[in-house]
Amino acid sequence: MAFLDLTNVRKTFPNAADPAVENFNLQVQKGEFVSFLGPSGCGKTTTLRMVAGFELPTSGTITINGADMTYQPPNQRNVGMVFQSYALFPNMTIADNIGFGMKIRKRTPADIQKRVGELLDLIHLADKGKSYPYQLSGGQQQRVALVRALAIEPQVLLLDEPLSALDAKIRVELRLEIRRIQRQLGITTIYVTHDQEEALSLSDRIVVMSKGVVEQIGTPFEIYNTPRTLFVASFVGTLNKLACTVVDAAAGHLSFNGQPLQTGRAIAQANNSPVTIMLRPEELNFGAENGENRLEGKVEAVNFLGAIVRVTINVGGTNLTLDVFNERKLNVPQVGQTYPISFPAHACWVMPVS
Amino acid sequence: MKRFSFWSWLWFILGVLYFFIPLYSTLDFSLRAKRGEIGFLAYTNAFSDPRFVDSFLYSNVMAVLTILISFLLVVPTAYWVNLRLPQLRSAIEFITLMPFVIPAIILVFGLIKTYSRPFEIFGLELFPALTSTSTSSVALLVAGYVVLSLPYVYRSVDNGLRAMDVRTLTEAAESLGANGFTILWSVIFPNLRTALFSGALLTFAIVVGELTLATFLGLPAFGPYLALLGNHKAYEPSALTIVSLALTWGAMGLIQLLTRGTAQTSGTH
Repeated sequence: MAFLDLTNVRKTFPNAADPAVENFNLQVQKGEFVSFLGPSGCGKTTTLRMVAGFELPTSGTITINGADMTYQPPNQRNVGMVFQSYALFPNMTIADNIGFGMKIRKRTPADIQKRVGELLDLIHLADKGKSYPYQLSGGQQQRVALVRALAIEPQVLLLDEPLSALDAKIRVELRLEIRRIQRQLGITTIYVTHDQEEALSLSDRIVVMSKGVVEQIGTPFEIYNTPRTLFVASFVGTLNKLACTVVDAAAGHLSFNGQPLQTGRAIAQANNSPVTIMLRPEELNFGAENGENRLEGKVEAVNFLGAIVRVTINVGGTNLTLDVFNERKLNVPQVGQTYPISFPAHACWVMPVS
Repeated sequence: MKRFSFWSWLWFILGVLYFFIPLYSTLDFSLRAKRGEIGFLAYTNAFSDPRFVDSFLYSNVMAVLTILISFLLVVPTAYWVNLRLPQLRSAIEFITLMPFVIPAIILVFGLIKTYSRPFEIFGLELFPALTSTSTSSVALLVAGYVVLSLPYVYRSVDNGLRAMDVRTLTEAAESLGANGFTILWSVIFPNLRTALFSGALLTFAIVVGELTLATFLGLPAFGPYLALLGNHKAYEPSALTIVSLALTWGAMGLIQLLTRGTAQTSGTH
């Protein structure tokens, strides 16, 4: 039985034409780290807030460890929440902030002091107990917010875009720290983000949402490598699309601007029907030797991104994005030059034209 | 560092003169009780009157009661409006502005007319006439003061609440297990300290100088005493005005000193 279970959860706000969340089903195992990923307005935060108790579902049930929590008030759920804006109490010291939940649970002052000390050690802020929130950086405040939520030993930890207000470097550091602490404590965690990199790097499983509906639930590898819908494929990672025509569906043969392509497997669509094939930038290679499919195109732009060089190449009127590892021996493609490119048959996903 | 321009200085000086010339004139007048001499005769005369101390202390107690009741009434209301009923904000603001539109004389006649007879429902007396005893009249007086101070207290509290993220702080506290009372007492009130201080200051100033309500309810407050003194004497009312201003400023300065360390922690989140 799942530790956290959302069954047929639906949420419609008053005066809203469409439901914010529709038919949401998810089973989370104890200790699992699950991310809700999607664009703004997709319903991920609303779903999280229903688990926290800040919103009530219009229908459906939410259970935690077998207990029905659907209509329980937030202060009786024992669910820890970390907010984007940290939400530390400005009038309290860091130690008082962390100890707030324990004080409400009537733990002894000695207990509270001991636990606060342990948690401050966990986030490497042992000397900040007497400081006030305004004396800490954003990253430090969010660490405090994290252990404040953990101090009450919650059944489930909820994080609502906790890193969005931080700069890029701190974000990467802190997400590793969140994962380390979550693994160390084995706490069941739901993490809301619109940042695919965060979701892919942190999660055991990802729930991709769009317009209030779950598009796909799967491991990061499944979501990235075998997306089930066009939305998932295009939202997670960068995607190239080529408009093709099916030549031999059984053999997996296609035609792009008169040039033959192959997918390596049978195509569901009928011969001569238009389809779109999708390719990840890292599956495309310069040169004609790295796959069964070969095309030729003119370089439109070269963007240096550090570890990789992202090249935009125009193939028969369609711009494709291609990633090349930044190696010392790399001959950087020149804008305006024509190059052959190739990609393996298994890299192609065929989707019907919508 | 940015330098003040000529116009900034000009407006600043004009503002200071606007406020301080009347004060200086009052002070100067209060020191001239004895012809041709500068001295404290008016102050000595005023202090020697026991009714001064009694009425001043009376008004101070009334001010403290008014401040406490206003806070208990306004903070939860403004908090709830900010958190759950933002659509009611304009209606509440309109209600709190009513004392600016309805003069104190109308308010006091309304209070007297309503509460000078026993409150009955279907012939059953629920409570006697509030104007019948001095204790119950005090309740009417404080209630009247609460109404008069409403625009200032509500605005101060509302501004304080808008300066902090009430919703997120409330939700953070709720997720940690706090109930409504704990959230108000431990999170909202402490973070409103600066706003409450300014509301208290304004309420204190209004109550100590208020004349109409206390006069018509027949209560021995400082305002009626000052008016009575002004009818009979020239210099003593000026002396008492200066003294009451100095005491009010002194009290407020003390509160500010006591809350200085904590004021910095709020609003810097």
